[in-house]
Amino acid sequence: MAEMQVDLVAVERKVWSGTAEFVFARTSVGEIGILPRHEPLIAQLVDAGMVRIDPSDGESVRVAVFGGFLSMDGEKLTILAEEAELGDQIDVSAAQQDRDRADTDDAAGRAAKARAEARLAAAGQAAE
Amino acid sequence: MPASLRVLRRRIRSSRNIAQITKAQETVATSRISKAQARVENSRPYVAEFTNVLTQASKAAATDHPLLVPREEIRRVGVLVVTSDRGLCGGYNANTLRLANKRLAEITAAGHEPMLFVVGRKGRDFFRFRGRDIAQSWTGFSELPQYENAVSVADSLAAAFLAGGDQTIEAPAEDEDPAVVAPEEVQGLTGVDELHVVYTAFATMLSQTPEARQVAPLSLEELGDPSDAEDSGDASSSQDAPSSQDAEYDFEPEADQLFDVLLPKYLRTRVFAAFLDAAASESAARRRAMKAATDNANDLIDDLTREANQARQAQITQEISEIVGGADALATAGE
Repeated sequence: MAEMQVDLVAVERKVWSGTAEFVFARTSVGEIGILPRHEPLIAQLVDAGMVRIDPSDGESVRVAVFGGFLSMDGEKLTILAEEAELGDQIDVSAAQQDRDRADTDDAAGRAAKARAEARLAAAGQAAE
Repeated sequence: MPASLRVLRRRIRSSRNIAQITKAQETVATSRISKAQARVENSRPYVAEFTNVLTQASKAAATDHPLLVPREEIRRVGVLVVTSDRGLCGGYNANTLRLANKRLAEITAAGHEPMLFVVGRKGRDFFRFRGRDIAQSWTGFSELPQYENAVSVADSLAAAFLAGGDQTIEAPAEDEDPAVVAPEEVQGLTGVDELHVVYTAFATMLSQTPEARQVAPLSLEELGDPSDAEDSGDASSSQDAPSSQDAEYDFEPEADQLFDVLLPKYLRTRVFAAFLDAAASESAARRRAMKAATDNANDLIDDLTREANQARQAQITQEISEIVGGADALATAGE
């Protein structure tokens, strides 16, 4: 099956790099699945969301991505994020606490909740 | 007779204290450099990829977004100067500030009005002492900058840039959700048409040079700079890029809207990269300055110790000759 180069880069480090068969992400417009040879695209991702990468070999990688956008140039997919956390490095109980404690009455609280949910989704915990 | 022994001993003691302090500063700076250098290295892929993406996007998108297209009339130019909070780092601040002054003079000479943003206490004090108007200044993070620091700085710059040189920066209306919220400090000031950053670029441990760069609107000349794009350490990706240069891009959301979002992000990236470079350069400059100071103090201690020994010997010789002379005198008197 066809492959594409995927680089997930956060501000202070390269989070994930390799070849993949499929990438799922949520943009500000809707959900998107990207296969190799997808047409060139630049898209803004939701402020806090989960990105799933299906590598050529091995299991899916889920990453919580904050303030990111992606760029596909036909052969290579680049996801740039202000912050990103790999799913298996996320502290699930802390994220759950954050989600339950978040006050959804104000914008900051809603953003915090969205962040916590993105982290839970990346950690493989259903975010309801 | 050389300087008195007591004075010499006092000078040796104080030199030794100074050497101890500078040695400690040197050690701290040395340990900071490697960390700061690693941060610079780690942040490079992001900057390189971002620049790469923007280059491609700007070629593909038929848009006259202010980030990409220079404004027709340049009235005001924003300059961000990145300096350190503490001294004891040799010519680091002096060099940066000299270049900043030069850039400010160039802007004034071209008939534009500069607007000054300053990071670091040294820079702030420098411009304040010279009676320059500072639009906004930030202090307290020059050695260990965090991304949040860059965000707060870059948002002021973005707000000023988006307002433009003929309008004042205003607080967003209640019902709006702009990409950039203008911080209170800059509200009510007039915006700018161009943004420059003056900072010290970290090349190697031994060489750091102050640089002045235009960050907005994007200058194509800068994008063509291969050192920026290929420093990512990812040779395969940068070689792949040219083949797909002419691709037709889709934008999600629409190009103009997307660039509205990317502009502040891009500025944050550039500002953060400048901060990291500056922090690494500051530590490197401090290490060098402190090493020189320690060496000088040690040389001084050696010289003073030699002089003190001479003085001590001279004193002993004199005492002996006084005793011998006294004994002789007594012997002569007794006869």
